[in-house]
Amino acid sequence: MHGATNTVSPAGARRGTVVVTTVASDSHTWNLVFLQLLIEELGYEVINLGPCVPDQVLIDACRETAPDLVVISSVNGHGHQDGLRVIDALRACGELASTPVVIGGKLGVAGHQSDAAIGELMSAGFDAVFDDSSSTTREFSRFVGTLSPAARPLERTEVVA
Amino acid sequence: MRPGAHPLRRTAEGARPVDFGAFVRARSRAGDLVVQPRMGFSDPGTMRAGLAATSAADATTVGTITLDSYTRVGELASVDEALSTGAKLNGYPIVTYDRAVTGQVLAGIRDETFPVQVRHGSAVPGDIFAALRRTLINATEGGPVSYCLPYGRTPLDESVRNWVRCTEDFAQLRESGVEPHLETFGGCMLGQLCPPSQLVAISVLEALFFCQHGIRSVSLSYAQQTHPGQDREAVAALRRLCGELLPTPNWHVVIYAYMGVYPTTDEGAYRLLDEATRLAVTSGSERLIVKTVAESRRIPTVAENVAALEAAALTARAARPGGPAPAESDSQTYLEARALVEGVLELSPDIGHAFELAFRQGALDIPYCLHPDNHGRARSYIDGDGRLRWAGIGRLPLAGLVGPARTREATASGLIADLSYVQRAFDRPAMESGAFRDRGRADIAPPESGSS
Ligand code: B12
Repeated sequence: MHGATNTVSPAGARRGTVVVTTVASDSHTWNLVFLQLLIEELGYEVINLGPCVPDQVLIDACRETAPDLVVISSVNGHGHQDGLRVIDALRACGELASTPVVIGGKLGVAGHQSDAAIGELMSAGFDAVFDDSSSTTREFSRFVGTLSPAARPLERTEVVA
Repeated sequence: MRPGAHPLRRTAEGARPVDFGAFVRARSRAGDLVVQPRMGFSDPGTMRAGLAATSAADATTVGTITLDSYTRVGELASVDEALSTGAKLNGYPIVTYDRAVTGQVLAGIRDETFPVQVRHGSAVPGDIFAALRRTLINATEGGPVSYCLPYGRTPLDESVRNWVRCTEDFAQLRESGVEPHLETFGGCMLGQLCPPSQLVAISVLEALFFCQHGIRSVSLSYAQQTHPGQDREAVAALRRLCGELLPTPNWHVVIYAYMGVYPTTDEGAYRLLDEATRLAVTSGSERLIVKTVAESRRIPTVAENVAALEAAALTARAARPGGPAPAESDSQTYLEARALVEGVLELSPDIGHAFELAFRQGALDIPYCLHPDNHGRARSYIDGDGRLRWAGIGRLPLAGLVGPARTREATASGLIADLSYVQRAFDRPAMESGAFRDRGRADIAPPESGSS
């Protein structure tokens, strides 16, 4: 994928790599462009997989890059159902079993996710859920700030170095 | 399903759907702006109720069936999964339901006074068009570019091939005595931040593409952008190019209420809809697609859609048509749009192929579009006066028409500022008067400045 945004490249090394993606049925991309810029400004290199990402494309990209974080964004209202399917597939890959994976956006068609719906996503394996009607991008930035690069297994550091 | 409803009879004269284009043009000549919702529900009963309520609204309306996103990308297993667990979809899954189900949704509601259009967003629409033909739904929307670049990762050449085949098949509806109608989605590209001249150009080119493949009844879309004066100029340019280039007299213009980040307050949402309605009336457009107070948050209810339709109809009745724009005035938007259209048409007599070449060379280029076949060099910004302008033209054939590139570093907060320009402008009065009740959160929160 090319040409999305001019990457902001501050001098010095990146803190790591983040995969930004959406789910297979979701074509919205402004959310992805925005998240890419935001995460780059937090010091990470971003791999933006673009719209309508099939599960297998996401899994392959994660296997290849061993990211420090996977950010799934969906706003078309199918994110809850698709998120449950995608997290199962990601967690089923041994090397991605403990990679931090978060999901956010407008995940259903009724305006907000109930506590039960968010609980379902969390117990399916997400590390955090940023539902549009109950969270802000500030909370997300703080979450990214808590990721410790040092906690990454060594072999992964080499891949992104 | 409604007991006693009859399935559509193919042979009976009365059961043949009217030409959507002729219907809208006749209503417009009678002095009415035709208003239409964006509406789609997974449950057939709700879908039917939505069509019935649209038809009964105090407004001159046409009906909409918007399809869900799984159907758009051909992920039919996920439709089954959702229907079996009772999860709600963001539209009506027309391919999955048996034709009798859709027949019953329409029965007794669609008639010569209430045509129905299907709206989707698929670059692989073969199954969708087959479902339309099965139920004799003769009005839909799309285009090889506008249903591809903003809607996924299908390669453009594949989308062009699919749309050639589907358009030609759709044109054959005429053999059963039914006039097929196609609306371009090209006047919307990504919903926001695409300068008006390119919206006009792509809308015109997609209409030419439809005509090249056998369609005679077309409509051309234009989505409201950031500045009313610039929008009026754009619609005048669109109408002028239609008159100059389209090989059919059966065309009309449809205005979409703002397709980008929407105001969060009810008051802001209605003021923006009012402005779109006035744009439609003063520019002599025949049809308007409305947005509702729920736009910034979730799929709207039937009642919210009806309220928006009736509000628009009320505003339209009070607004004064602007009269035809003077044909000789070469506005900036007209000159740019004309240059873009000519730049594409000269690449190949086959418009589909010309589209492919144009995007490869950057003769068309959609700002911020992530699709792999987009050139990705053109950039846009909102000027101090609210007009949407080119920040850089990449390889668009606009040299001499547009000033030098502005260099701006892309930042998350800068992008959000441009994306929420309209939202802020229309929410501001409501927020300042304290009328704003907390509805959860605003959709866009300014990001914390990055540390890097
Ligand atoms: C522009 C737009 C489009 C464009 C998209 C072009 C493109 N390539 O991006 C077009 C016109 C093509 C489009 C199409 C559709 N759209 Co649309 N679209 C919008 C609109 C108007 C603005 C979205 C936008 O650009 N926002 C700007 C970006 C930067 O912000 P954002 O996406 O809102 O995300 C913010 C937060 O959610 C958050 N966030 C998002 N993801 C994540 C993830 C994490 C981890 C975190 C921390 C935060 C976060 O960050 C952002 C900044 O605050 C919204 C309504 C609105 N908001 O006003 C509808 C909307 C998102 N669309 C919607 C729908 C349903 C569709 C369609 C299915 C058509 C339809 N039935 O109406 C199709 C999609 C087809 C598909 N296959 O998915 C619905 C979704 C309904 C729901 N969830 O209940 C909305 C809400 C409109 C509505 N009320 O019906 N759309």
